[in-house]
Amino acid sequence: MTSSDENEKPAIFDIHDMTVAYDRRPVLWNIDLTLRNAGLVAIVGPNGAGKSTMIRAAMGLVPMVSGSVSAWGSAIDGQLRRIGYVPQRGSVDWDFPISVFETVLMGTYGSLGWFRRPGRVQRDLTMQCLERVGMQDYAKRQIGQLSGGQQQRVFLARALAQQAELYFMDEPMAGVDAATERVVFELLQSLSDEGRTIVVVHHDLRTVTEYFDEVVLLNVRIVASGPVDTTFTSANLQATYGGRLSILDTMAEAVQKQEETE
Amino acid sequence: MFFSQTLIVLTGTLLLGIASGMVGTFAVLRRRALAGDVVAHAALPGLCLAFLAFHSRSIIVLLTGALLSGLLGAISVSLLKRFTRLRDDAVQGIVLSVFYGGGIALTRSIQNHYRDEPGADLESFIIGHAATMMQGDVAQIAVVVAVTASIVVLLFKELKLLSFDEQFCQVQGWSATGLDILLMVLTAVTVVVGLPAVGVVLTAALLIIPPAAARFWTDRLSIMMMIACAIGGVSGVTGTLLSAHFDGLPTGPLIVLTSTAFFILSWIFAPHRGLLWKSREVTDLEMYLPWVEAGDDVPHPSTNSGPPIATQEVP
Repeated sequence: MTSSDENEKPAIFDIHDMTVAYDRRPVLWNIDLTLRNAGLVAIVGPNGAGKSTMIRAAMGLVPMVSGSVSAWGSAIDGQLRRIGYVPQRGSVDWDFPISVFETVLMGTYGSLGWFRRPGRVQRDLTMQCLERVGMQDYAKRQIGQLSGGQQQRVFLARALAQQAELYFMDEPMAGVDAATERVVFELLQSLSDEGRTIVVVHHDLRTVTEYFDEVVLLNVRIVASGPVDTTFTSANLQATYGGRLSILDTMAEAVQKQEETE
Repeated sequence: MFFSQTLIVLTGTLLLGIASGMVGTFAVLRRRALAGDVVAHAALPGLCLAFLAFHSRSIIVLLTGALLSGLLGAISVSLLKRFTRLRDDAVQGIVLSVFYGGGIALTRSIQNHYRDEPGADLESFIIGHAATMMQGDVAQIAVVVAVTASIVVLLFKELKLLSFDEQFCQVQGWSATGLDILLMVLTAVTVVVGLPAVGVVLTAALLIIPPAAARFWTDRLSIMMMIACAIGGVSGVTGTLLSAHFDGLPTGPLIVLTSTAFFILSWIFAPHRGLLWKSREVTDLEMYLPWVEAGDDVPHPSTNSGPPIATQEVP
């Protein structure tokens, strides 16, 4: 058995036949997706394509009509402690009475289990994660007193504190300034270098070729998925975004640039 | 007797204020403030049915009935929300008034039919009657406070996570639904033990006003909860004393008015979040602004750094 190693090894993440519907209107249809390699994976597609829904359904936050999701070969419900999550920034109340430090500390709760309080180990880890996103000086601030980019970094630090092997991030680049975007990408790159898999719902088509290893083109169904070099093509983008030619015009440039470099 | 009547009532309303401060803090932060109101109003018919079924004036029997129908009200809200497309407030309004209407009809007809039976005066539960509180009632409230406090202390981390970010709670593998139900039951129990003293109509105020006032003073959940308990407890005591002083004024409304006074004082005077402080901050900022570099490091709660570059939104 050991000889046929690579193909027998269970995929890091696998969605089989997922269908999700809101009020009987399908928002995701027959999704099959398998991730076998560590690295940065972008999920792109037009608004309403179901990008966020796909990762939310995979983690059990949205009910599926049908399908199954597994991680490392077993049902995902039992693997949640190995998975990190960065939700959209708008999903919480930023006026909540909680500091930056306490928010990031929440990332360690999963490893603590019921009743146990975070101790020195968790606090040190929290501080390290804050340093990694450059927010250590803001540890005591109430989270509402941060700019949008800083709030996003706090969410990233919280995900780092989860010490996960697989990450799902829902538009971590939405509404952030250029400085934060750079910090975020450097961080994602270093997570990827450490052998983790990071799945990012991504808005900005122009940065896909620059930062990501694999891409999933989604529009209710999966149009294409695979390495950016072979998958992120004009034809596939055309199929994903349909007749919205103005986007494709801006994209043509990006694709061309990519093809020139090869 | 060891306790004088006033002392019993004082202890009861003090403990009630503390219990409400604990569960109310979570309710207010989770934007579930009106859930307690629904439970309180929905409790009335259950109280009446318990009386009809057992003809007992035992407070335990009545409150068990109240708790069951209060929880039924809360469950109806979540079911209606799921199966109609109505919003929270509409569903809560419907459930609250239907149960309350039924409860009022039942109390009146019980009063008419069982005029001579002791304990048939269920209308006293509508605005409450703290002055008649007995040692047994206070013991019950004490038990509720003890149980609630132990659960809140043991599960503080989990409840905080649930209140701040329910989805993150769920994806870390916690049972958000279980914790949600736990909080709902704790709220319902607190509301129901408060009914004899504060009444169906005003119990929710005790859950909402002290935490809302406490929020002005701190940015830490644990301290906010302690302040809420303190304001709740002090309001309970002050309301009771006022009611004893001005003969004939009901205790429940006085407790609510006292806590409202705390709310208004907090709103005006609290540091950072109070009105006075804010007006000062505006003038400070004007002096400060020229020296601030524009950019990522200017914290501002309400401004985001503009929309993302959203290529797909081009028509």
